[in-house]
Amino acid sequence: MHTKTLKQLSQGLQSGEYSSQELTQAYLARIQQHSALNSFITVTEAQSIAAAKQADALLAAGNAPLLTGIPMAHKDIFCTQGIKTSCGSKMLDNFIAPYNATVVDKFNAAGMVSLGKLNMDEFAMGSSNETSFYGTAYNPWADNTVPGGSSGGAAAAVAARLIPAATGTDTGGSIRQPAAFCGITGLKPTYGRVSRYGMIAYASSLDQGGPMAQTAEDTALMLQTMAGFDPKDSTSAEQNVPDYSASLNDSLKGLKIGLPKEFFDEGLNSEMAAAIETAVNEYKKMGAEVVEVSMPHLKLATAAYYVIAPAECSANLQRMDGVRFGHRCDNPADLNDLYTRSRGEGFGTEVKRRILVGTYALSAGYYDAYYIKAQKIRRLITDDFTKALESVDVIMGPVSPTPAFGIGEKTADPIEMYLADIYTIAINLAGLPAMSVPAGFIDNKPVGLQIIGNYFAEAKLLNVAHQYQQVTDWHQQTPKGFE
Amino acid sequence: MQWETVIGLEIHAQLSTKTKIFSGASTEYGAEPNTQACAVDLGLPGVLPVLNQEVVRMAVKFGMAIEAEVADYSVFARKNYFYPDLPKGYQISQMDHPIVGLGHLDIEVEGETKRIGVTRAHLEEDAGKSLHESFHGSTGVDLNRAGTPLLEIVSEPDMRSAKEAVAYMRKIHELVQYLDISDGNMQEGSFRCDVNISLRPQGQEEYGTRAELKNINSFKFVEKAIFTEVERQKEILEAGGSIVQETRLYDADKDETRSMRSKEEANDYRYFPDPDLLPVYITPELRAQVKADLPELPEAKKLRFLAEYKLEAEVANNLASSKPLADYFETLVKISGCTAKICSNWVCVELSGALNKDNLSIMQSPINAERLAQLLQRIADNTISGKIAKQVFEAMWSSDDSADAVIEAQGLKQITDSGAIEAIIDKIIADNQGQVEQYLSGKDKVFGFFVGQTMKASQGKANPAEVNKILQEKLKR
Repeated sequence: MHTKTLKQLSQGLQSGEYSSQELTQAYLARIQQHSALNSFITVTEAQSIAAAKQADALLAAGNAPLLTGIPMAHKDIFCTQGIKTSCGSKMLDNFIAPYNATVVDKFNAAGMVSLGKLNMDEFAMGSSNETSFYGTAYNPWADNTVPGGSSGGAAAAVAARLIPAATGTDTGGSIRQPAAFCGITGLKPTYGRVSRYGMIAYASSLDQGGPMAQTAEDTALMLQTMAGFDPKDSTSAEQNVPDYSASLNDSLKGLKIGLPKEFFDEGLNSEMAAAIETAVNEYKKMGAEVVEVSMPHLKLATAAYYVIAPAECSANLQRMDGVRFGHRCDNPADLNDLYTRSRGEGFGTEVKRRILVGTYALSAGYYDAYYIKAQKIRRLITDDFTKALESVDVIMGPVSPTPAFGIGEKTADPIEMYLADIYTIAINLAGLPAMSVPAGFIDNKPVGLQIIGNYFAEAKLLNVAHQYQQVTDWHQQTPKGFE
Repeated sequence: MQWETVIGLEIHAQLSTKTKIFSGASTEYGAEPNTQACAVDLGLPGVLPVLNQEVVRMAVKFGMAIEAEVADYSVFARKNYFYPDLPKGYQISQMDHPIVGLGHLDIEVEGETKRIGVTRAHLEEDAGKSLHESFHGSTGVDLNRAGTPLLEIVSEPDMRSAKEAVAYMRKIHELVQYLDISDGNMQEGSFRCDVNISLRPQGQEEYGTRAELKNINSFKFVEKAIFTEVERQKEILEAGGSIVQETRLYDADKDETRSMRSKEEANDYRYFPDPDLLPVYITPELRAQVKADLPELPEAKKLRFLAEYKLEAEVANNLASSKPLADYFETLVKISGCTAKICSNWVCVELSGALNKDNLSIMQSPINAERLAQLLQRIADNTISGKIAKQVFEAMWSSDDSADAVIEAQGLKQITDSGAIEAIIDKIIADNQGQVEQYLSGKDKVFGFFVGQTMKASQGKANPAEVNKILQEKLKR
């Protein structure tokens, strides 16, 4: 049952082959059985079973929405009313939001059954899940290997078939990179496609929620539920949501694929380059045309990102001050002591590092040299992409220069960790939609193919990914021990 | 040495919206602490601000009223600092791209008109309130005020005296109420200002170093604070010292200013555009709409009052300075059908005097225009004299009775029956033969004695015109 896709589970539920309660119990048992993966921060057993009961009633009454009764889980960055939302931090270990994120409301309304909250890098700052206050989640494909981050718990749980699908968020690659590391399908939508209300902010101008699932087809169903304008988020787009499943089977004959030459330079692992080339060849067989494109400013993306994201996070995290909620130090001597100790104790090293970098970048005398300059680079990178997308339908490349790395391998050198996000970061700066699709293995570790599209072209991306999944079975592979 | 005072004002006017600038919580004053603060105002994780479009309309209205450049495009920015009553750790304000650009306002001081430049006006949210008393060594935080919309109006350093500064502040105060964008309530903190003051030797072009006096919420205190601060700076400069650029607090009880923090200790606010909010675009449609809704402004109203009602300049100015007062006056003219002169007299003298005495605003007047109109009609139709009217007015002030009810109850109806007046006069002439002789021998002044006696005998009710007429006849020389 646990290897089934959303599509298949929906059929089983609607036809009465099994109930939502049975399904929920089965997945809860798997989560329990594989708790060593540490993919969940919170498992909401009682609430999940209650929700499944409700779903069963709806299913029995008929006319239940397609996803009714199917289990899933949320990255612990989405606020859930009455259930702890920690954002992977000690700071929010005691935080229970009095409201749901819009995304959470939407999945509840769709009848899906949330099983709990998924592990993640602290405040979504990290590429390995190692910065989580709750310890790292593990990659089910290889021992002592990171699942990627920041949506590492979500990727590990879906890959290990502990849940059929999950929500994630992506600020610089946080959906795509863990999806690639864990061999699942992930989509970062166009900035503004999915509401950010109730999604704890890391870098507001880059953050975007999105779905993670086994297949492109399931990803389409998940996005259908998540997407849409939200009056509570001023940056959400007032743009119609198309039927993402309707165009999945469109032919790719004549599809124009752009390969940025800067994606394939010396920084890329040769096996990774070969894997991507093999994937692109599959598209050629389906009738796609491949051209080289250029992104001359791509090399500046990491530097620009590590000014803009920390700058925004330095302000976004100021509300964590020990005054109204969250971690508060014992017996503060005065206001300054309350601030410094609450924040000093509540935040981890990586979060502190980024707050300091961001505070510095925004300081008087440095603002123009860093923040303004980074915004200019952001504009140039965006122009690179929009220019390329005038002549091609999609851009393809690797998600990450290497497959999943070992736990502890990069923690000593943050810069090395940052540089590994080179292929994903630029897409957030441009606000474009992009996917990660399983495309083979290197040393038994999954490889992700990145597909980047134009603004609001999620349906095209899903179509392109789905067609690939019709001729390959990488997405159907299950890690050993989790079959 | 002769010193010239240079003053600039930053006025914070609370905009009178029903809900907050970035949330749906109520802005009503005086609720129990923290009952009007929603998740957005509390700055809980994950929540997002959504701009209340009404504040944009109000700011545009203000911009148009001071003939300012209203920006096509303005941007909200985060002003970062830590304080317990600032829930997000930043205040959403505007920095590089304010909604209202350069404008101006004319003030009058001692008969001279002077133009004061308004550098800019921008939208921002208010912080909450820290309560340091009655928490036994701790601080209480009330976030009801957090997120209340403010328009910060920044002047050019164009004022040269406390009088000018107060005149400017009053003018802005009048204007925001006129435009119906702020209630201007200073006790509730809806209208307050920061004063920037520096001195320079008379004739010097360059400005001196300034000090900023924070958060003053009355005209009187602004005036006093400026006097005190000017004296302080003068003393330092004349002793050869130099002024430190700093923020100072005016202590009204001690009538002194003292340092809050110097420039070195000043926060680096690390302003940057708020990524949670889109830039504000002012469309031509919105401009046209606001322009059409713009009320008649004080200056235009004054000119119209001069032309339409032929009022004296001072009276027209006085009435036009406050919209509710002007509205009261015009309603009174319309309903009573009395002359503008009589109506303006009653509003500016009797009514304003009574309001001042009881410390009430025109909006709180116990006698509305409808009730006063009836009183003036009774003067016009000779039911009562002007003098009796003042007595009726007093009775009306402390009750809900109409003018007619008071006149009836107190028997104040004027005696117009010439027979009755004649009888009174005859008796007075008979009782005062000595005065009659004096008058007949040419002492005109004595005529007033007879008028007075007649009025006294009639308890003020005799129609004065009739009394005059009959006396003239009876005392013919």
